[in-house]
This record gives sequence, C-alpha cells and structure tokens, in this order.
Amino acid sequence: MNLEFSPEELAFRDEVRTFIKENYPSHVSPDGLRDDLDPEDMVAWHKILGEKGWSTPAWPVEYGGTGWTPTQRYIWSEENARVNAIMPLPFGVSMVGPVIYTFGNDAQKEQHLPGIRSGDVWWCQGYSEPGAGSDLASLKTTAVRDGDHYVINGQKTWTTLAQHADWGFFLCRTDPDAAKPQEGISFILVDMKSPGIEVRPIKLIDGGYEVNETWLTDVRVPVENLVGQENMGWTYAKFLLAHERSGIAGVARSKRGVEQLRDIAKSEQLDGVPLMSDFDFARKVSQLEIDLSALEITELRTLAGEQAGKGPGPESSVLKIKGTEIQQRLTELTLEAVGHYGTPFYPSVSDAGSNEYPVGPSYAEHSAASYFNMRKTSIYGGSNEIQRNIITKMILGL
Amino acid sequence: MDFNFTEEQDMVRDSLTRLVRENYEWETRQKAITSESGWQPTIWAQLAELGLLGMPFAEEVGGFGGSAVDAMIVMEEFGKGLVVEPFVPTVVCAGGFLKHAGTAAQKEEHIGGIVDGSQIFAFAYAEPRGRYDYADLETSAKKDGSGYILNGHKAVVIGAPWATHLIVTARTSGERRDREGISIFVIDKNAEGVVTRDYATVDGRRASEVYFENAAIPAEALIGEEGNGLPLIELVTDEAIAAQCAEACGAMKVAHAMTVEYSRQRKQFGVPIGSFQVLQHRMVDMFTEYEQAVSMTYLATLKLDAPEAERKLAVSAAKVRIGQAAHHIGQEAIQIHGGNGMTDEYAIGHYFKRLTIFDNEFGNVDHHMKRHIALANS
Repeated sequence: MNLEFSPEELAFRDEVRTFIKENYPSHVSPDGLRDDLDPEDMVAWHKILGEKGWSTPAWPVEYGGTGWTPTQRYIWSEENARVNAIMPLPFGVSMVGPVIYTFGNDAQKEQHLPGIRSGDVWWCQGYSEPGAGSDLASLKTTAVRDGDHYVINGQKTWTTLAQHADWGFFLCRTDPDAAKPQEGISFILVDMKSPGIEVRPIKLIDGGYEVNETWLTDVRVPVENLVGQENMGWTYAKFLLAHERSGIAGVARSKRGVEQLRDIAKSEQLDGVPLMSDFDFARKVSQLEIDLSALEITELRTLAGEQAGKGPGPESSVLKIKGTEIQQRLTELTLEAVGHYGTPFYPSVSDAGSNEYPVGPSYAEHSAASYFNMRKTSIYGGSNEIQRNIITKMILGL
Repeated sequence: MDFNFTEEQDMVRDSLTRLVRENYEWETRQKAITSESGWQPTIWAQLAELGLLGMPFAEEVGGFGGSAVDAMIVMEEFGKGLVVEPFVPTVVCAGGFLKHAGTAAQKEEHIGGIVDGSQIFAFAYAEPRGRYDYADLETSAKKDGSGYILNGHKAVVIGAPWATHLIVTARTSGERRDREGISIFVIDKNAEGVVTRDYATVDGRRASEVYFENAAIPAEALIGEEGNGLPLIELVTDEAIAAQCAEACGAMKVAHAMTVEYSRQRKQFGVPIGSFQVLQHRMVDMFTEYEQAVSMTYLATLKLDAPEAERKLAVSAAKVRIGQAAHHIGQEAIQIHGGNGMTDEYAIGHYFKRLTIFDNEFGNVDHHMKRHIALANS
C-alpha cells in the first residue's frame, strides 16, 4: 500500500501535462456556465482528444480505450482540472458508449463508436418523463412495432443539451402488458433529425437553458436501432446509470474549486482582514477539504476495486452521494465568500442581447448561478435518495 | 499508488481475526474487564507468540519489521473485538519512541522485554490542565547531578495499572506551553516517588492518575534530545492516532453490521424495522460515514512518513473526519437498537462507548480542526 506516484506514473503525468498545455484550446473559456459556451467550443477538446486517442480512457482497449491504470486515470482527471478543461460530454462517452460496446451488435458498434470517440456525434439521453422521475420504470413513451420500424410516441424531459444533439438513446415501452413495469422497456437509438421530434428548451433557476422537453410524435425508427433484446432495456438502463455514477464524484474539479474558494476568501475582507483568516469561515473550508480528501481516497479505492475485475457496482452510489454533496457545499461556500456581489443577476448569453459588463469582481459573477445550478446534482443521475435505496438493497441487503 | 495488501499482511489479518474470534469472545471479554486486573494477560502472551508485540522493530533486534500498514491491520481487528489490551501505549507509543530516538542502551534494555511481553508501557503525556496541548506541561524534570528530579501529575494514563514502565513527558526548561524545553523519559513504574491511583474507564479499559513526588531518575532515562522533545511527541502521537483511527474503523464496522442485523430481527408493526425506509437511509448514512473513515485511515497511515507538515495535515484531517464518523455511527446505532441499545447486556452500547472516547484521545475534533486550519492556511 502506498500513495506515491511511481517514476513511470510521474513520467505519464509530465506527458499528459505537456499535451494539455500544448493542445488545450485556450479560447474555450473555462469559467462560467456550460450553456453559455458555443456548442463547437463545448466539443473542441473532445475532438482534439479523439484524434489523440484519449477521449474514452475508461473503455476497453479493443473499443478505443487507453488501457490506463486507475492511477493514470486519476492523473488524467487531475491534470485536466488544473486548467479547468471542458471535458467530453458524458452522454456518448460515459453513457451510451459503454451500453453499445457491451450489449450492442457489431453493426451498431461500427456505426456509433467512432463518432462518440471523435466527438463528431452529439448524444442526448431520453430517460426521464414528466410522470417518470425517480420511478423511472413507470415511463409511458411507447415504441410500437410497424414492419421493420418502431413508431415512437411520448414526451421526455430533462434532456440535457438536446438542442445540439445528433442522436439520442431512449427508453421506450415495447410491452405494455408485461408483468412488471421494468420488463416491458426497450433501449432504442434515435436519430434526432427524424421527423416528429420537437425539442423545447426549459429555462432553469440559474437563468440558463441546459435541459429540454423532447416531444416524440409518430417518430419512425428502424428496428436495427434496438440495442440488445427487446424488453430488456431496463437492464441496460441500470448498467448505464452505474457507469454514469462512477464519474459523477467530480473529485479533481472540486479540488480545483476549493483552491479557487481559498483565493476568493483571501481577496475578500472581513473586519479589515482576509475572510480566510476568519475562524468560522476557515472551519467550513477545512471541513469541506477534509470531506473531499475522504471522497478522493474512496474513489481511488473504488477504481482499484474496478481494476481488480469488478465493474462499477453499488459503491458508485456512495461516490455519487458524497461527490454531489461536496459540489453543492463548494458552490454554497463560494456564494457566501463573495458577499454582496453574489446578488446581481447576469442574464445568460443564450438570452439575446446580453453582453453586460459585470459589476463587482469577476469571480463573483457566476457564484449565485453556479450554486443554484448545482442543486441539480443531488437530483439527477438517480436522486441521492434513490442512491440510498440502491445501497440499502445491494450493500446492506435489506 | 497501490491499495493492495501484501500476502503477508493478509496473513497477519487472518491470524488476528482468528485470535479475536476464538479467544476474545464477548463473555470472556466482559468477565475480564470487570475482574480485578481488568485484562487478559493470556491474550498478551498470544500476541507475543505471534510476534506482533515487536511490530515496529527491525527483525535484527527480534522485532516484526512491520510498517504502519501492519499496525493499521492489527488495530482494525482489535477494534472489531473491542480489545482492551495496551497495544497502542506499549507497541505504538513506547515502541515508536524507542525506535525513533532510543539510545543503544535503551533499546537493549526494553525492546526484548516488549517483544516477549514482559515489559508493558503506558504513555503519561496528558495533564489535568493541559487539555490536548502536548506542550502545556506543569510536570517538571529538574536537573539534579547527572539525573533529574520529577514532580507533577499526569492525567488518565491509559493502561498504567498494567504497565511495568512509563514514558513521561516533562518540562526541563521554559514556561507552560513553550514549544521548547520539553523532554521525554522512560522510567520504571515502581521507581521511588511514583504514585498511582488506578481506576476503570467508561470504555472498559484501565487508567491511572500518576503523581511524581520528587522521583529521582537517572540521566539514561532521557529519550531523544533534552528540551527538544515536542517534534518527537508529535510524530509518535500521530502514529498513535493513525493506529486508533484503524481501531475506530473496526469498531464502526461491527457497530454498523450489528445494527443492520438487529433491524432484520426486530419486528414492530408486524414487520422487521429494517423494512422502514427512514431507518434504511440512516443505516446507509452510517455505511457512508464508515467508508469515508476507512479512506481517511488509509490517508493518515500512508502519510506518516511524509514531511512533517504534510503528515500533520493528513493525520488531523483523519482525526476530524473519523471523530465525526465515530460519534455519528455510535449514536445512530444506539437509536436504531432502541431500548435494547441502552442496556449493558447488549454489545452495541460498549461499541458506542469506545467510539465516544476515541474522540477524546490525542486531540478531539475541534483540536484537530484547529491544527488543520493552521496548517492549511500557512
């Protein structure tokens, strides 16, 4: 047991650091909200990594993974967080990609994996519905077989960044008479340019447009877009959620966030001295940092376990709960740190005509919006209460 | 980076699991801790036989050649069984002082005795008014010829009733709370002028108030440099903290498992109480706390050899986080056991008590939070 990097790992870190330094598109603004970025900018780093062969490190090598050890993947996250890099979106790389290479057929692998690796194809996730949130298996969107097509009807919601998506993966009910709701669901890939799809943006409390309602009306999808077996979609959906959760802890990014928080609290003043010298505030920052250390080692232990042959299991639910709690506390403390200048509202650039120059220090500009936005993290990816249900069943055995 | 245990470490764990399971049954333990002596010398002899009392010492001097990770493994198993025998004071603390700073003569005199189980140590560092500051000392050691005259009062010296020897911290110069002027001595507990008042602790161990009344001690009793003992005390207590964090993890693991099992057996409203979501989620939160505690134990243990500031930061972070987890898990375990958790008969209450006192030793959550803040902002 040790926490040291070996000489090989140090060499790897230097290689990665140099590559990032020389290739990261510096014009992609690292601060601010993601949906304020141009869609091209959101995938700019993904495309560069695709060419390098580093866009899908966690995949099996035969499908384009890098074969990195858990320590190398840890180094990779750390080095990207150092420059606040906009990482590849999860919908292709961490979600549908692993489903396709695990359960898809050869034609699907050939058709879809290259576009996910390269970043040329933008994916979105059609899981939640207005009436199916935590109770996802109660979803009502139907796919009815008609010759060599499925005809899909229904409404999905919270489809993140679907406004830019080329393809989507959808959970649809293919057997309305199944004994259990989980048993009649299929996992279907849908070309988002298909007639009958309408994507309507939803404005969120931070002022941004990150998610959408997606309406599907008589959308015709070739049967070859079914992944795996008909009515087995729930199995694939759960597999995907476990994969989604394992990257969800966001440790490297939170570590960078704590550094930024310390910098802010050194600039801000309280009683004529830096806020960071205030014991009450310093105590909150130390508690956050201590909790983050615990999460970091927990994630490394989980990754080491995965390398020893276990796939992402219910342990990833622990990472999801603790990781999102920390992300939320970090943004809450940052808002607290900036004091008065957390109050002004800055419209999203998505709202036409907004190019206002910020009042107050630039680090305060997005502090409230980030805090509001991060409340989503304990809700999405299976709410933290659902994660507790998973741990109850899978780990406590109750 | 590597989170694997070696084959040898797995073997150490297996042998201790067996020892605790087969020779440390609950009834035997309860009988021992309420007996006059309060412990089981036979267990100590078995630990000696396994070679574990020589944990920190090199194999050349008859030791086990163990690392901090080995100590972590031992302590986790001890925590599972609420083992009261004085492994930390004797092996981790006295062993640590001897290993880091003992003279050839001191090593010669004590290592063999520790390894074969004939010498048992207690670490007398706390004082009635000093709280968790190792430098806040009123006990004095005044130069007298070549030796010293020791005067003072040491508080709650864990394991002292069983000890043959004491490691004592005392001021050889300077004022209360000065970082300089602190020295460390190894003395015979039966020496003239050493008076003890023995008692039981709430968590099933034994301790003493130790009074030094003009105790004359020879110059050879000094460990390390005169007046410069504090850095060594901080190092050894950090090692002790890492070991006790592992012990707390073992105790938390069992407390959690007992609680889950109890919720499976106990029926109310016609169903097992473990079927209630409000209790399920609380037991999940206990599990999450436990997992974070294990991670912090690894961090503290693996950073013991790091540069001083890095070591202290990691150890304080661990002591804070595990202190919090220990309170959380202990309290929740009692709550979910309901009235039965309040009884002396059920084991869970004894785990709760050990986990409560864990926070009291070598600095509590607030103390280590302050040290963390000071280090993180320096």
